[in-house]
Amino acid sequence: MRYLLKILIIYIFTINFAFAGADGEVSFSKKTGEVKDCFESVNRATFAFNQGLDNIIFEPLAKGYRKLPNPIKIGTGNVLSNISNLITIPNNILQGEFKTAGVNTARLAVNTTVGIFGIFDVASQMGFIKDYKKEDYGQTLGTWGIGEGCYLVLPVLGPSTIRDLSGNFANILGADPWYNLTIKNDTRHFKESDYYFSKGGDGLNFRAKNIDSFENLEKNSMDFYASVRSLYLQDRRKKILNSDSVTESQDDSDWDEIQSN
Amino acid sequence: MIKKFKFINIFLLLIFISKTAYSLEPNIFVQSTVNRASQILSSDISKSDKIEKLKIIATDTVDIKGIGFYTLGKFRKELNDAEKKEYTKLFREYFLKSFSSRLAEYTNPKIDVQSQEKLNDKYTIVSSVLVATDTRPEIKIQWRVYTKDPDRPLIRDLIIEGLSLARTQKEEFSSIIQSSDGDIQSLFSSLKKFINN
Repeated sequence: MRYLLKILIIYIFTINFAFAGADGEVSFSKKTGEVKDCFESVNRATFAFNQGLDNIIFEPLAKGYRKLPNPIKIGTGNVLSNISNLITIPNNILQGEFKTAGVNTARLAVNTTVGIFGIFDVASQMGFIKDYKKEDYGQTLGTWGIGEGCYLVLPVLGPSTIRDLSGNFANILGADPWYNLTIKNDTRHFKESDYYFSKGGDGLNFRAKNIDSFENLEKNSMDFYASVRSLYLQDRRKKILNSDSVTESQDDSDWDEIQSN
Repeated sequence: MIKKFKFINIFLLLIFISKTAYSLEPNIFVQSTVNRASQILSSDISKSDKIEKLKIIATDTVDIKGIGFYTLGKFRKELNDAEKKEYTKLFREYFLKSFSSRLAEYTNPKIDVQSQEKLNDKYTIVSSVLVATDTRPEIKIQWRVYTKDPDRPLIRDLIIEGLSLARTQKEEFSSIIQSSDGDIQSLFSSLKKFINN
C-alpha cells in the first residue's frame, strides 16, 4: 500500500513539473516534439563541468577499462545487466508487459544461481531472449502518457528530463530492490559500496563502449551540447515506444515538404 | 489493323520493361553504396585519398541539398533567395567534410542489408546491420531513401540504433540559430568556421 502511495505521489509530482516545464503545454504525443530546454544556461554550465570531469576522470578510466581482457569485461557487463533486472521487472509489470516480466524473472533467477551472481549469461544460452531491454521508472511514466518535461543536465549523472529524474526518485523511495538491499535495509549480505560500485560500473561500461562515438561526435559537432541533448531525447523516446520502427519513433511531417535536388 | 495494334502493344511493353529495368530497388542501391564505401575504406590508400573518394560517393548517392533544407527546420521559410543559395553551398561543403571525416575512422566495415519498408511513393526505409567485431557490438542502421525519382534514389537520413542523424543535425542547427535570437547568419558563421578549421 505504501509502495502504491509513493508511486502515486511521484505521478502527481511529475505531472506538475511536466506542466510547469512546458509553459502549460504538455506533449502527450508519443511522436517527437520540440526540445524544451527551460534551464539551458544552467544546463550548459553543468554540461561543461561534466565534460571537465569526464576529461580528468571518466575518459581515462574508460580507456583503461577497455584494455582489460574480454572475459572480464563481458563478466562485468553481465553482472551489471543482471542487477538491472531488479528495476526492469517491476517496470515490465507497471507497463503491462507481463510475459516479458516473467521471462526476465526467469533470467534473473537462472543467471544469479547457475550463472554465479550473473557473471555468466546462462539464460541466453538456455534459449531465453537474448535481446534484453532495460526498463526504468522514467520509461514507465512515459508509457503512461506523461510528457518528458524540461531537459536537464545533472552534475556527474549527465542528461535527464524532469520525468526521468522523477523516475529516479522512485528508486530511492523504495522502488529499487537493489537500493533497498544495499543501502536502505541492513541485510548484512551487501554493503552500501556495492550499490555505488554497481552504478559507477554501469557508467564506466557505457562510457567505454562509446569512447569512439563520443570522440567522433565531439569532433564533428558545432554545438556538442545540442547534439548530446538531441541524441539523449531521441533515445529515451525510442525506449519508451519499445519499437524499432522508424515510422513510429520519427516524425515524418518535416520531410514531406523537402523538395528533391 | 490487328498488326498495328500488336505493334503498339509490343512498343508499350518495351517501354514498361525498360522503365522497370532502370528503376533501382532501394535495398540494392544501399547495398551497392555501402559496398563501394567499404571497398575504399579497406583499400591501402592514404586517409586523405579515402576522404576524397568518399566525397564522390556521397555526392552521387546522398541528397545533400534536401538534407540541408530539412536541417534548417522552421528557419528555412525565413531565408531569401540569396541566403538559400549561400546556405546550400555552405551546407554542401560542411556535409562532405563532416561525413567523410566521420566515415574515414572506420576500417573495413561490413554492412548487411536485411529488409526494406516502403513508407509511400517518396520514401523507403532500408534496414541493415553493421556486423559486430571484437571491439564493438552489432549496430542497427536504417536508411531513409528518397524515391521520388525511382531511377535515381537518394539517401536522406541514417538512423543508427533508432537515432536519426538528420534530426540530431537539425536540432544542433536550431540551437545555434536560437542562441543568436534567430539570426541565420550565426549558423553561416559556424558553418564557415567548421569548413575552414
